[in-house]
Amino acid sequence: MTPDSDNSPPKIGAAQIRLLKRLTQACAVSGDEGEVRSIVLEHVRPVADEVRVDALGNVLVTRGGRAEPRLRVLLAAHMDEVGFIVTHDEENGFFRFETVGGIDARYLPGKPVWVGKNHLPGVIGAKPVHLSTHEEMRQAISKDSLRIDVGPGNESKVKPGDRAAFATPFARLGTSLRAKALDDRLGVATLIELVKHAPANIDLLAAFTVQEEVGLRGAGVAAYALKPDLAIVLDSTPANDLPAWDGSENIRYNSRLGAGPAIYMADRGTLSDPRLVRLLVDTAEAAGIPYQIRQPGGGGTDAGAVHLQRTGIPSVSVSVPARYNHTPAAIARLSDWKNTLALLHAALKQLTPEIL
Amino acid sequence: MKELIQTLVEIPGPSGYESKIREAIRLRIEPLVDELRVDALGNLIARKGEMQPGGKKIMLVAHMDEIGLIVTHVDGNGFARFTTLGGVRAYNLPGGRVRFMNGASGVLGVQYHSEPDASAFEEMFIDLGAKNREDCPVRVGDVAAFERPFTDLGERLVAKSMDDRIGVAVLIETLQQLNSSPHELYFVFSVQEEVGVRGATTAAYGVAPDFGLAVDVTRTGDTPRDRKMEVSLGKGPAIKVRDGGMLSDPRVVDWMVQIAEKSRLPYQLEIMDGGSTDARAIQVSREGVPAGCLSIPCRYIHSPSEMVDYSDVQNGVRLMVALLSESLELGQD
Repeated sequence: MTPDSDNSPPKIGAAQIRLLKRLTQACAVSGDEGEVRSIVLEHVRPVADEVRVDALGNVLVTRGGRAEPRLRVLLAAHMDEVGFIVTHDEENGFFRFETVGGIDARYLPGKPVWVGKNHLPGVIGAKPVHLSTHEEMRQAISKDSLRIDVGPGNESKVKPGDRAAFATPFARLGTSLRAKALDDRLGVATLIELVKHAPANIDLLAAFTVQEEVGLRGAGVAAYALKPDLAIVLDSTPANDLPAWDGSENIRYNSRLGAGPAIYMADRGTLSDPRLVRLLVDTAEAAGIPYQIRQPGGGGTDAGAVHLQRTGIPSVSVSVPARYNHTPAAIARLSDWKNTLALLHAALKQLTPEIL
Repeated sequence: MKELIQTLVEIPGPSGYESKIREAIRLRIEPLVDELRVDALGNLIARKGEMQPGGKKIMLVAHMDEIGLIVTHVDGNGFARFTTLGGVRAYNLPGGRVRFMNGASGVLGVQYHSEPDASAFEEMFIDLGAKNREDCPVRVGDVAAFERPFTDLGERLVAKSMDDRIGVAVLIETLQQLNSSPHELYFVFSVQEEVGVRGATTAAYGVAPDFGLAVDVTRTGDTPRDRKMEVSLGKGPAIKVRDGGMLSDPRVVDWMVQIAEKSRLPYQLEIMDGGSTDARAIQVSREGVPAGCLSIPCRYIHSPSEMVDYSDVQNGVRLMVALLSESLELGQD
């Protein structure tokens, strides 16, 4: 137990929003998470009992509690984001690339990107409207025909294997936040606050994971190493809550902005442990924190890998909903982020071994 | 044994919601085993016997869960939209009934469609008789199982969730009939098989067996204009050679065939195109485990009316008892 640990509920204020801005403007395309990892380390090292970076690059943090007996609770959030990997130098500043993680190629033409560790500006170019035929304009441009253009003279600053990310500055839009990679920097920022305000009734084990967007690869080994009694995964889930164009009822929104943290029941990779769902729902109702049940269906979080480790780890996921995830600019509500942090902290304080 | 089968198939237990069926199984097997535990994911793990000379640590598994539905949205008029838990097929649904874990019942309806066979889950809904959203007794995340009574056709038995309550029944009956075994036996009743053999994955890690066998259903090819498959109802339990997710250990196949022939029990060899069983999870657990599967032939799998042959079930139990009664040394393949 570190001396400055406190039970006080964490808050999201100007400092936390500044941290989220820094986290979203850092680039950490899967497999190259170093930039986000150093921000995480800078924030958790001063308060944690133990911090290590494992063989895959996960940051594993332990903060011991005081109660006896107490649960070992894993909280996980992934550091990586979807983006691009440079595959081939075609000279004169043109580079071929592949997508990393789930990206819809229709979103790519005309988007600015940051390439490599120094955020070299580039653009995914496409033929301008002046020269496109009507036929071409009806078709999606194929990924194979696109290049990242960093301009002649800059070739030496880029090499195959470099990652590139959408070049989107963070912005506060009234009650909303706009940024790239809110999936899952919102989770990372939330988890940093929970480490700083770890309740004393549990051993808090935090995993800031790598390679979630390419198949939950980091979280499995992190959970294997930390051997928790249960796990809560913090992520960001899409909100497809725009009104239907024909006025019919939108029945497939996944989640909705402004409706609070989205609690998972079932996705492609995990059936949430019903006891943990009940804990979150009961805590939210008792504390008057708004929440929503994410629509069961596809998609997945690190819980898919976590819950299958060793003899099994009861798991649940909680997401801050965001519109337009996996595109250059996502939008989330500040209130949903605040309520997610409040719900998680309140639920953690309730946790005793009796829940299992 | 029919009474046991009827009890098991009529309990709802979709993937992730196996607590009721687990309690029913626990009550039945508690007097028959030496040790019982439930692991973190909800698998029921029962040990019977100690390891004798020539014995092995053997994991036997049948899954408790069944396919089901989960609510994704309750619309303004009180109709519940849903998605699936496990491999539900859309054409099996319209007109069927479901029962939710909270007791509520509903009918599966479908939107008007000019080609009725082409309807997708998105065009279906559960009608719980509610007048509006507030009146609807379920909410997003509530889970339902198909509701259909057990029917005894004499030699053939029909029910929902024969997949894999029939495997559960075979293991319980094996426990009852097995007099002595040189092996340390782990009878595992697993969770979440239908969503990707998840329960067996953690159970196998925990048991760390020398050897594993699943008991599950397999498809047949014996109905009018069926897809080709060399398995029929009534010709004996099937010894799995391969399915969509596993190649059985050939030494295990040979051993099962030898014991069946020695015991003069009918059997069939199963080669299935798709699908898989908990045996797959055992086989790739830890450092690798020799694994196989005893299959009960079943028609109309993943429909609310799955049909098995009673003699196949009884012969499955006899074969299981014979397999476990003797010491086991896998030869070279």
